[in-house]
Amino acid sequence: MATSHAGRIRWGEVVLLIAICAFCIFPFYWMVTTSLKTQVVALQSPPAWIFTPTLQNYIDVLFEDKVGASLINSLIVAVSTTVLAVTLGCPAAYALARFEFRGKTDLWFWFITNRFVSPVVLAFPVFMIARELGLRDTHIALILMYLTFTLPIVIWICTDQFRSIPYDLDEAALLEGASQWRIFRSICLPLATPGVAVSAILSFIFSWNELLFAYILAPKNAKTAPAMAVTFMEGYSVPYGKIMATSTLIVIPVLIFALLASKHLVRGLTMGAVK
Amino acid sequence: MTTRVSRRTLFAFLGPSVMALLLVGIVPLGYAVWKSFYYFNLPKLGQSRFLGLDNYTPVITSSTFWAAMGRTALLFVFSVPVQIALGLTIALALHRPGLTFFKTLTRLALVLPMATTYAVVGLLAQVMLNQKYGVINQMLGWFGVDAINFIGDPLNAFIGVVIWDIWQWTPFVALVLLAGLSTVPTEIEEAALLETKSNWTVLRFVQLPFLIPSLVAVLILRTADTLKLFDMPFTMTRGGPGNATEFIAVLIERIGNRQFDIGLAAAHSIIMLAITIGLARLYINLFYKEMR
Repeated sequence: MATSHAGRIRWGEVVLLIAICAFCIFPFYWMVTTSLKTQVVALQSPPAWIFTPTLQNYIDVLFEDKVGASLINSLIVAVSTTVLAVTLGCPAAYALARFEFRGKTDLWFWFITNRFVSPVVLAFPVFMIARELGLRDTHIALILMYLTFTLPIVIWICTDQFRSIPYDLDEAALLEGASQWRIFRSICLPLATPGVAVSAILSFIFSWNELLFAYILAPKNAKTAPAMAVTFMEGYSVPYGKIMATSTLIVIPVLIFALLASKHLVRGLTMGAVK
Repeated sequence: MTTRVSRRTLFAFLGPSVMALLLVGIVPLGYAVWKSFYYFNLPKLGQSRFLGLDNYTPVITSSTFWAAMGRTALLFVFSVPVQIALGLTIALALHRPGLTFFKTLTRLALVLPMATTYAVVGLLAQVMLNQKYGVINQMLGWFGVDAINFIGDPLNAFIGVVIWDIWQWTPFVALVLLAGLSTVPTEIEEAALLETKSNWTVLRFVQLPFLIPSLVAVLILRTADTLKLFDMPFTMTRGGPGNATEFIAVLIERIGNRQFDIGLAAAHSIIMLAITIGLARLYINLFYKEMR
């Protein structure tokens, strides 16, 4: 097909591809430019495309409006839950890929089902339980609750990865008298590094993006950045520049990670059903 | 290939994960089921009493629940077909050989919307759809369309959510369908194209059968995610104006967090959970054959 067009650029197609890119990217362009506007410029009607940019919004939100603190909360929660999910999930994935046991299918089904459960179903019961245990507004409550989606991601991606490692390696090691733990730690886990890395990146993205649990469980001290961004809308006059500066700060890390794991994002969102 | 191992080994590998998910996933559900049989309102804990199924009857019979379910279904009906149509167009464009540089760039751009923090997507919608200061209305103005009050008018707010859902999830649908297209054997595709000289015939009779699994995956996952949809409408409209954009997850949040009726919210949740589990079973039965 390509050869019939050799030497000629199909301009129609180029235009279509550029249009698709513009469709995806334009909102981000608008977010970043609005974050560089003063409130006066942001409230121009019709909106200004050319203006003198200022970093004042970033300085304001980071140092006056506690967005800096909320970003640190987000980082603590997302990194901790990712580390915890990988530590707990990798051995489980190895077991699902390598061991034969009763109830394996049911266990797998249960792990996968978590992808479908809405956080709103769990949020209020957890709110009540956290209140009883004095865990309200703590990082721990969020870190634990984020396991409901990070742990299944790690398990399904890593199970896939462990299955792709040739079984001969295990057999050879078993003959040498190695324990299952030893095989897992020294042979399979190092070979599964790419899958583990992808699952860690996806866990980080999903935890960083989470709003509902954060909004309900951590109203003040442990407040994460998305929940912080929401509170800006609760004023009388909406500070557009500040909101977009906060949004930009929230979105930059996830976009970087998403680009790094771009080939695997869809696999993560479909739980490996689409490769 | 799998090995039989001792109970102890099995427990050492699986125990921690299973316990963690029991703790954070099942214990709260148990709590929700228990509270769903009670009148349990946070500021009025003194009036807590056993209701039996009386929290469930109002859910089934109330117009708020069905209206929210109806809105959720409407959102699905309006946005998903558009996502599939646009997604298929994008996937087919990317599937054609050539123009590698532009296609790599496009694939990278497609990843961005679906990774974006959903709450930020809602905030962006607020800013870009504003009647007076919004850039979307400015662009509509270039084509002679009068500024639309997207956030303040019930119907327009709903349309705004549909548009934003299409923006965020069309790329996802496109990439899933592209993965489906790559399962078509190249020889068959090329032979069919030489034979018929019609892209349409190739799509209908050669590529479509290979796309069915991807399409089914898209339909099930979009249903589940539409039922879960909370962040974007919440940050964009708070479910308003009135309750024009109060989708099911937003409704449950309002009952629990703004009316403090934990018992009633739990009853709603359990009904939603039942639907969710049905969807999950369907998805698993279709896509994880190797596990059975």
